[in-house]
Amino acid sequence: MKYEAVIGLEVHAQLLTDSKAFCSCTTRFGAEPNTNTCPICQGMPGVLPVLNRKALEFTVRMALACNCKINEFSRFARKNYYYPDLPKNYQISQYELPVAEHGWAEIDAGEGPRRIGITRIHMEEDAGKLIHDDKKPLSYVDLNRTGIPLIEIVSEPEIRTPEEASAYLRVLHSILVYLKICDGNMEEGSFRCDANVSIRHKGETRLGVKTELKNMNSFRNVQRGLHYEIERQTALLESGDRVLQETRLFDPSEGTTASMRSKEQAHDYRYFPDPDLLPLRVGPELVEKIRKELPELPMEKKERFIRDLGIPPYDAGVLTASRDMAEYFEKTVGLFQNPKSVSNWIMTELMRELKGDETGITNCPVSPHQLADLLKLVDNGTVSGKIAKTVFEQMYATGSNPIDIINEKGLLQVSDSEELAAIIGKVLDDNPGEVEKCLSGKTKLIGFFVGQVMKATRGKANPAVVNQILSDKLAKRSKM
Amino acid sequence: MEKPQNGLKDGHVSELYEMTATELAEILRTKKASSVQITESVLNRIDHVEGKVHAYVTLNPESALDMAREADRKIAAGDARPLTGIPIAVKDNMCVKGQRTTCGSKILANFLPPYDATVIRLLRDEGMVILGSANMDEFAMGSSTETSYWGPTHNPWNTDLIPGGSSGGSVAAVAAGEAIVALGSDTGGSIRLPACFCGVTGIKPTYGAVSRYGLVAYASSLDQIGPISRDVSDLALLLNLICGHDPSDSTSVPREYPDFTAFLTKPVGGMTLGLPKEFFSKLENPDVERVISEARKVFEGLEVKFVDLSLPHLDYGIAAYYIIAPCEASSNLARYDGVKYGHRAENFTGMIDMYCRTRAEGFGPEVKRRIMLGTYALSAGYYDAYYLKAAKIRTLITSDFKSAFEKCDAVFCPTAPSPAFKIGEKIDDPIQMYLTDVFTIPVNMAGLPGIAIPGGFSMGGLPIGLQLIAPHFEEARLVQLSAAFQKETDHHLKRPQL
Repeated sequence: MKYEAVIGLEVHAQLLTDSKAFCSCTTRFGAEPNTNTCPICQGMPGVLPVLNRKALEFTVRMALACNCKINEFSRFARKNYYYPDLPKNYQISQYELPVAEHGWAEIDAGEGPRRIGITRIHMEEDAGKLIHDDKKPLSYVDLNRTGIPLIEIVSEPEIRTPEEASAYLRVLHSILVYLKICDGNMEEGSFRCDANVSIRHKGETRLGVKTELKNMNSFRNVQRGLHYEIERQTALLESGDRVLQETRLFDPSEGTTASMRSKEQAHDYRYFPDPDLLPLRVGPELVEKIRKELPELPMEKKERFIRDLGIPPYDAGVLTASRDMAEYFEKTVGLFQNPKSVSNWIMTELMRELKGDETGITNCPVSPHQLADLLKLVDNGTVSGKIAKTVFEQMYATGSNPIDIINEKGLLQVSDSEELAAIIGKVLDDNPGEVEKCLSGKTKLIGFFVGQVMKATRGKANPAVVNQILSDKLAKRSKM
Repeated sequence: MEKPQNGLKDGHVSELYEMTATELAEILRTKKASSVQITESVLNRIDHVEGKVHAYVTLNPESALDMAREADRKIAAGDARPLTGIPIAVKDNMCVKGQRTTCGSKILANFLPPYDATVIRLLRDEGMVILGSANMDEFAMGSSTETSYWGPTHNPWNTDLIPGGSSGGSVAAVAAGEAIVALGSDTGGSIRLPACFCGVTGIKPTYGAVSRYGLVAYASSLDQIGPISRDVSDLALLLNLICGHDPSDSTSVPREYPDFTAFLTKPVGGMTLGLPKEFFSKLENPDVERVISEARKVFEGLEVKFVDLSLPHLDYGIAAYYIIAPCEASSNLARYDGVKYGHRAENFTGMIDMYCRTRAEGFGPEVKRRIMLGTYALSAGYYDAYYLKAAKIRTLITSDFKSAFEKCDAVFCPTAPSPAFKIGEKIDDPIQMYLTDVFTIPVNMAGLPGIAIPGGFSMGGLPIGLQLIAPHFEEARLVQLSAAFQKETDHHLKRPQL
């Protein structure tokens, strides 16, 4: 390939604080327009911001999880631009001195682990929402979202493919959710991403002209948008054209990007330190306190699953991709101490059902307790592994306990030797030709007899017991 | 009925409106008059002289009388506090819930705040009687109160003259008997300059001593609310009321404040006042020079020592101020866009046009000038040369004062280079207007407390003010020095004839 892409991502994550960043209004989603507002977030004359300390703590949590250096002193700055969803016509953000800098996140886009540098993590406030009247040339503004705390996580331009971009986003997403500081909902906009992308000849060290992509509201759309943009820029260069520095909007229905504003139309944000807020100090004591309270992060958890529980790396990755899934797995293992078996069940049966339902583990109708019970029933021979899969389907569909389903449907495994001996005797009697062939060396036919026994018991026969009796009986017949 | 110029000194029985808050508090305590009577006396005085002075933008006589009645109930119930029942004017940039607060601007001409500023809440809790909003330069940008959308305020000593600004309405109201005391705000001298021009006492407290919550911002890092009164005793009472930590203002400093009235009687012998040569080399007005040297003799009579010193970066004060203040203003005033409240242009085509027309119609020329200055100075490529450099000068001025205070207890200098000038004289010459604040601006730049007290009169009979500047949070020292001076002099007792 002649060209390579250079991608940098700016991720905005809404913090899960109870109140807004600089006033005490609630952050609850879905209220009537302009009800979660006060003079401060409405930008009334004379109001002043007071920082929500929880938002700062959440930011430091993320910064530590991303291996950042926490700046002992940081500053809020005003980003000045006019838009009706921004009541003060400036956004309180950070510029020269962010809360944290120089971090990294480890990703694996299928070519082994790689670190993506994180330039900075800073705090800012969200803007409101405009609602446009579809008939009249009128717009309405809803300030409920105004002032909700955000963190912006800026990556180094070290991402090379759309797949890496997606992997990086998934890592950040899962860390945020693990830390319980962001709900990660991309559709509602609590996790958003803008991408800066340029291309250059392989081996070139200078950066090409970049475009900024906006409006990619899912992992898949980030990948689609980047693919389109890389192809578009490549085509431009190959035809001897230039890439224009501009901001482009992704259109999810077409999978294309279109120019939104050029460099010349770009805002001059006239950043300067916000005189209403004092320099922010995050001392080493606070950093240590927050570091101690950090939960086990996805990467650490994955390594522990591989190392201590013997889970294969791929499975460990899937099980730790979300905090909820990992918790489900660990709860189940706590009740049934065979991690590999639990992992296999989750990776196959459970995931299949969830995928079919297009839902997540939090909505799973089978509790870890119920799954563990089922696995115990397999383990002690109450049901066969095969029957257990049917039982699981029933559990998922009805939410019932496994033992109730087994009893109700008569699925108890038949391990009784006399009962099985009678059935096996009948199967052998009914198939004299096959018995003869088997005895003369065609041992593959044992599988056929087992199949017949299973058919006769509707799958409930204990395979181990069947095998034992079957080989005993065949041995006897060969001596006759 | 006209009052003699020196009402208290010739056996004349003063009208209630002529008295100080300290005197009126005693009258209220001893039930010689009610708050309603005091308020009526002031409202009556307003009726008589407001036409000549124009101290107010909005008068609220009915709500004032309601507050006075409430104050009388408190007094009768024994719940009186030191300033309960005293009528006060507040500058038109402090939000009073439900009462028009315009900041002297067309753009907020009909703005009714949905909340009370912290200082307003403190006044209410004290049971003071809020008379109305006092006139000011538009968004506090000016030194003469001529830039108000509502027209200029006149100096009560000579109504052809400006009262100084930007708190000209608050100060003129106190000087003219249209309020007993007042609150103003001071960003570059806006309390001290008019206090000087109108012969009253005014203090800009340390930055962070008084909450700015609810003060419509001009330049956030410089703005500070302060009291205006006829003498320093009243000032001490008001400082007791308004100084204090406010969790709603992140720049408000959490600390304890002394009882300022305890410093009204403390001797000053042995204290040292510093004379910065950079200030005195600028004195060109013989009246100001005479008043300063007479005042020095008064202090020397009180065994106060004087020491010459230098504040080498003072000369850059005005230049740096006219970068920092407009930069902050350009951002602070961005919210007046016609979207949410205030003036909105009637005819426009599209959003950007609405912004442009609204702001073109709503702001006056001085406000536009400063928004443009600030927008330019903050622009990409200019930030380092202007804002950053100005911020450095600010640090240097602060450290100049710090070294000065190693040699003296307070800095002593004039408040203004000349007495009040004529209405219209400097309004078309911004640089000349800006130079009026040469002695007051450095105090804001360093965040220090500064007091202006009447020091004497020009040959033409116009008040001339002195300024004392103390280290951070040493307002008490300014009260102490000013009270000692006022005990020896009667300049503060003189009243204009209207």
